[in-house]
Amino acid sequence: MLRLEEVRISRQEFRIDANFELCPGSRTALIGPSGGGKSSLLAAVAGFLRVQSGRVSIEGRPMEGVSPGERPLSIVFQDNNLFPHMTAWQNVGLGINSSLRLASDDRIRVDRALKKVGLGAHAGKRPGQLSGGQQSRVALARILVQRRPWILLDEPFAALGPALRTEMLELVGACCNETDAGLVMVTHDPRDAISICEQTVVVANGHAGYPVKTTELFANPPSDLSTYLGPNWKYGG
Amino acid sequence: MIRLASAASFALVLVLSLGTMCAVALRADFVAGIEASDWAALKFTITQALFSSVFSCVLAVPVARAIARRRFPGRSFLITILGAPFILPTIVAITGLLSIYGPAGLLGRVASFAGFAAPQVYGLPGVVLAHVFLNLPLATRLVLQGWLAIPSERLQTAASLGFRPFDLFVHVEWPMLRQVLPGAHVVIFLVCLSSFAVALIMGGGPRATTVELAIYQSFMFEFDLGRAARLALLQFILGIIAAVVAWRLVLPADFGAGLDRPPERWDSQGLGHKLLDWLVIAAVSTFLLLPMAMVIVDGLDAIGQLPTSVFEAALRSVLVSLASVLLMLLLALPIAIAVSRTSLASAALAEGVGLLMISASPMVLGLGLYLLVFPYLDPVMLALAVTALVNAATSLPFALRALIPALREIEANFGPLADSLNVTGVARFRMLVFPRARRSMGFAMGLTAALSMGDLGVIVLFGSTDSPTLPLMLYRLMGAYRIEQAGSAALLLLLLSLFLFWLFDRGGRVNAAT
Repeated sequence: MLRLEEVRISRQEFRIDANFELCPGSRTALIGPSGGGKSSLLAAVAGFLRVQSGRVSIEGRPMEGVSPGERPLSIVFQDNNLFPHMTAWQNVGLGINSSLRLASDDRIRVDRALKKVGLGAHAGKRPGQLSGGQQSRVALARILVQRRPWILLDEPFAALGPALRTEMLELVGACCNETDAGLVMVTHDPRDAISICEQTVVVANGHAGYPVKTTELFANPPSDLSTYLGPNWKYGG
Repeated sequence: MIRLASAASFALVLVLSLGTMCAVALRADFVAGIEASDWAALKFTITQALFSSVFSCVLAVPVARAIARRRFPGRSFLITILGAPFILPTIVAITGLLSIYGPAGLLGRVASFAGFAAPQVYGLPGVVLAHVFLNLPLATRLVLQGWLAIPSERLQTAASLGFRPFDLFVHVEWPMLRQVLPGAHVVIFLVCLSSFAVALIMGGGPRATTVELAIYQSFMFEFDLGRAARLALLQFILGIIAAVVAWRLVLPADFGAGLDRPPERWDSQGLGHKLLDWLVIAAVSTFLLLPMAMVIVDGLDAIGQLPTSVFEAALRSVLVSLASVLLMLLLALPIAIAVSRTSLASAALAEGVGLLMISASPMVLGLGLYLLVFPYLDPVMLALAVTALVNAATSLPFALRALIPALREIEANFGPLADSLNVTGVARFRMLVFPRARRSMGFAMGLTAALSMGDLGVIVLFGSTDSPTLPLMLYRLMGAYRIEQAGSAALLLLLLSLFLFWLFDRGGRVNAAT
C-alpha cells in the first residue's frame, strides 16, 4: 500500500494537499495542468521533496528520513535517466549495485533485462549512441533489475513521437506485470492514462483528488478536469 | 567526510590569508608613521597600474574589432594565443621583451645602427610595457566577447537600414564598449597592483619601486621587518579593495571557447577598413609573438650546454609544481563538492575564499609565513614546501571557478538519478563526479601546474642558493649577466610550463565520454 496521509507540500507561493492510498500492484495516472503540482507530488513520494506536514508511507513503513535510494520504488524522470559516460549495460547494472560490483548471476540478470527490452545487441553502447526510444528502453531495463514494488514515471516519454510512446507504454505495462509492481505515472496526456492506468488522480488548484476509475473519469469529467481537457475533448476521440 | 574535509580546507585557507595578515599586522612598525618612501612606493604602484590598464584597454579595442570582423588564416591560433599569457611564466615574458626592447636587444641594435640612442626600458616604461604585454590579451578577449555577443539580428537590421561603419559604431558598438571597457580596465588595474616579478626586474630604484618590491627590499637588504610588515599591511588593504571590485571579472572559464565563429558583416567592406584591420592584426601578432619567438631562437643555441644545476632546478620546479597540483586538489575538491550540493549561502562562502586568496599578494603571504614560522623552523629549509603550498592556495580561486559550475551542473542533471540509485559517498565520486568533471579538473590542474612552475614570488624570499627553483635560477642568471644560459633556461621554463598545462588539460579531455 502506498499511502499519503494529509500530506501537504509547499514551496514559496505554491502549495498542494493530497490524501489518498494506492493498492499494491495498482496503476495510477496523475493528470492535470502543468504547474499544478503533479511532479512535486511524485518527487515527495520519491523522497526528493520534503513534505511540510502529513505522512507518506509505503507498505506500512513511514518514509520520513528515508533517502531516495532506500525507498522501495524505482523512478524514471523526464530526462537525464542515464549517465552519459556509462554504457547501457553499466547503467542497467547500477540498478543492482550502486558501485557496479556485480556477481556473475547479477550479470546474467542485466543481460536478460536488456534482451527483454530489445537491446541485447546494444549493451556496450553509450546513451549518446542510442536513439531516444532506445534510451527509454535502457531505463526500463534498469527498472526490471531493480525489482522494487513501486514504479514512478514522471512524464518519461514526453519527447517521443506518438507511435514510440504507445510502444513504450506497452513495455511499461509488461515491466509492471513481470515485477508485480504498482505504477504511478505523471502525464499531461489523457490518452496515456487511458492506455495503461485503471485509475486516475486529478491534480489541480493545489489539490490532489481521490483515485477514480479512468474510463469513468474521462467519460464524465468533473469541472476542473474538463477545463483542462478543453471544449473539444471527446472520450474515445 | 566531505564536510570534515571541506572544513579543513577552509581552515587552511583562513590561516594562509588572515593568519599571515595578522602576523604582519602585529609586527608592523608604525612608530615613524608612514614614511616618504612608503608613499613614493604607493604612488608608483598606482601610477604604473593606471598606465598599464589604460594602454591595454585602448589598444584592445581596434584589435578586438579587427578579429571580430575579419576571417583570416591563423585566426583561431591568434585567439588561442590570447589565452596563453595566463599560463606563461612572467619571467619568461620579461626575458622575451628584454631581448627586443632591452639595452642589448633587437630594437637597441637597430637604433644604434641607425645612429640613435638605445631606448631606455627600465623603470616606468618597462613595467608598463611588460604589463601591457601580459594583459593586452586579457583585455582583447573581454572586448572580443562583447563584440561577438552583439546579436546578429542587430547587425542585419543595421545592414538593412544602410548603416555605414560610423553609424554602426555610434549605435551598436559604442554602447557595447561602454559596458565592457570599465570592467576590463578595473581588472587589469588590480592585477597590476600586486604584480611582483615585473617590478623586480623591470623596476627598481627609488623612483620605480612598487609596494611589493619595497617589501622585498626591506626584508632582503635592510632586514627591517617592521617596515616590511607595515608595507605588507598596506599591500593587503590594496589587495582587498582590488579583490572586492574585480573578483567577478578576472578569469575566463575556458580559453577562447566559442570565440572562433566570426559573424557575417555587411559594413566595413571598404578598402580603408580592410587595410586598417590587417595592419592592426599584423601589429598585435608581432607584438605578442616576436618576444616569444626570440625566447625560442635565443634559447635554442645553448640549451645543449646548460649546466646540470639548471636541469636540477628544473626537476625541482616540476616536483614543486606537481605537489602544488596535488595540494590544490586536496583543497579545492572538498570545497567544490560541498558547495555544489548545498544552498547559495555556502556558495557565497566559497566566493569569499576566492576573494581572500586573490587579495593575498606573494610578498604578504611570504612575509606572513616567515613571521609565523621562523621562531620554530628554518624557512630556507621549507622554501620549496612553502612555494608548493602558496601556489596551491593562490590557484584555488581559479580552480574553484572552473570546478564549482561543473559540479553544480552534474548535481543538477544527475544528482536525482544518483540519489534514486543510491550512488553515494566514494562511489558517487568515482562513478559520477570524476568522469563528468574530468575536463574542468584537468583545466584547473593544468592552470595550477603552469602557475606554480613559473612562479617567482615567495621563493625569492626564502630560496636558498644551493636549491633554487628554475624561475629563481633564471632570475639569478639574468642578474649575473649570463645572457646565453639565461636564454636557454627561459626556453626550458617556457616549454615545461606549457607542457605541464597541456598534459593536464589534454588528460582531462582525452577519451572523455560525453
